Amino acid sequence: MAEKPKVAFYWCASCGGCEEAVVDLAEALLDVVAAVDIVFWPVALDFKRKDVEALPDSAVLATFINGAIRNTEEEEMAHLLRRKSKLLLAFGSCSQLGGIPGLANLFDRESILQGVYKESPSTVNEEGTFPRLHWSENGRTVDLPGFYETVRTLDQVVDVDYYIPGCPPAPRIIQAALQTLLSGELPPKGTVLAPDHALCEECVRRNTKPENLSITQFKRPHEVFIDEEKCLLAQGLLCMGPATLAGCDAPCIQGNMPCTGCCGPTSRVRDQGARILSSLATLVDSKDETEIDNILDTIPDPVGTFYRYSLPSSFLRRKKMESPKVTAISR
Amino acid sequence: MPDNKQNSLQVASPEKEAATFEPRIVAFFCTWCTYLAADLAGTSRFKYAPNVRVVRVMCSGRVDPQFVLDAFAHGADGVLIGGCHPGDCHYQEGNYKALRRYRLLSRMLQSLGIEEQRFRLEWISASEADHLRSAVNDMVENVRALGPLHLQPSEEMFPEEVAV
Repeated sequence: MAEKPKVAFYWCASCGGCEEAVVDLAEALLDVVAAVDIVFWPVALDFKRKDVEALPDSAVLATFINGAIRNTEEEEMAHLLRRKSKLLLAFGSCSQLGGIPGLANLFDRESILQGVYKESPSTVNEEGTFPRLHWSENGRTVDLPGFYETVRTLDQVVDVDYYIPGCPPAPRIIQAALQTLLSGELPPKGTVLAPDHALCEECVRRNTKPENLSITQFKRPHEVFIDEEKCLLAQGLLCMGPATLAGCDAPCIQGNMPCTGCCGPTSRVRDQGARILSSLATLVDSKDETEIDNILDTIPDPVGTFYRYSLPSSFLRRKKMESPKVTAISR
Repeated sequence: MPDNKQNSLQVASPEKEAATFEPRIVAFFCTWCTYLAADLAGTSRFKYAPNVRVVRVMCSGRVDPQFVLDAFAHGADGVLIGGCHPGDCHYQEGNYKALRRYRLLSRMLQSLGIEEQRFRLEWISASEADHLRSAVNDMVENVRALGPLHLQPSEEMFPEEVAV
């Protein structure tokens, strides 16, 4: 019997939802397991880093990495897995675009550590204990990964072959991607493995979208009773559909909630946040500066809304640092 | 381990840099009005700050917010958009669209730490060469006072101490 192709999964700065998404393949997962040999998957299988190191270079057909890169360990693992794999895939929003952890780029490391270990209301830390890179006690030394100032996408750290979008990727997208990989007929490098058009194009509510859309007030989901049939933008809800890749089967729209943009932009767009900003601002129904400002006041957090999943992959990548400096990893 | 990347990061001292700093401003001018104003300023031999790199666009409404972010990301210290006065747009509505985008993008840039004065929208008609001169001079002085933008979270910020 011919040897089955080897596949690996790894997680970086992520929530674990992408691992769930693989399990959500349900019975289809059995077909995957039958077709491939999983050589590394920390969430499910007891292989260690040394097992990966023991593999010859390029021994793994495809490695799926979810999560953004924000510490030294994640960066190391990304380099190691890149070396051991023929194909490296960014799996999910965090690894493709930076994702929710990428919103940490609105802060710097020091204020994040202060917030988490000292200032948050639920923290009790009277001794002022902060994480250290190295710690020695009773002759034993322990090490922790260094925490970077800025969150990066996987392709800002290593070469990435393909992207599987979504937070988490929809079963339909994962299955199609796996089939593409196993078929051997590979698309051009850098392809996002999903239909390359905006969500609006396959939205079930698209026929209710008016020809000339104009908005006099942006509404948040908790402020209104949402019509279950009508286009969400036409109801004044801030829906990212026009600037977001399709292929997810629109579970949010079906759940009567606006799209938040997790699948990222289409191939013609470089910066998802800028595109949706452009599209929504144009819809504002006023020609008067003050009135425009009043309408825009109803978007409380433009960065967090438009770049919810894509701040590290945007043009600016992060909030400007007060004093740019070389990152000293240690605290 | 590659050569010491930190050496490449040694920029001039802040004082030295402040003394020699010349703001780089990227300007997007509408071909029907502001660009003609710049033309008129030239033929009228008006002198104004040479810090502006002009990009001619068909309409201020053509300025995609991505252009502005791209300019900042590639080292612009300021971005200026020039369009026709309200009501005068060659395409009826383009400048209103520019205005709406400008108001929202300006907010977003401020949340990302880019000062308000670094991004400006001006209505300048084809005959207003003088207005063009004062708008450019004013912006250059404002940005000069703010200093260089220094935006990039450059690769150097991730010292390669990770040997695999």
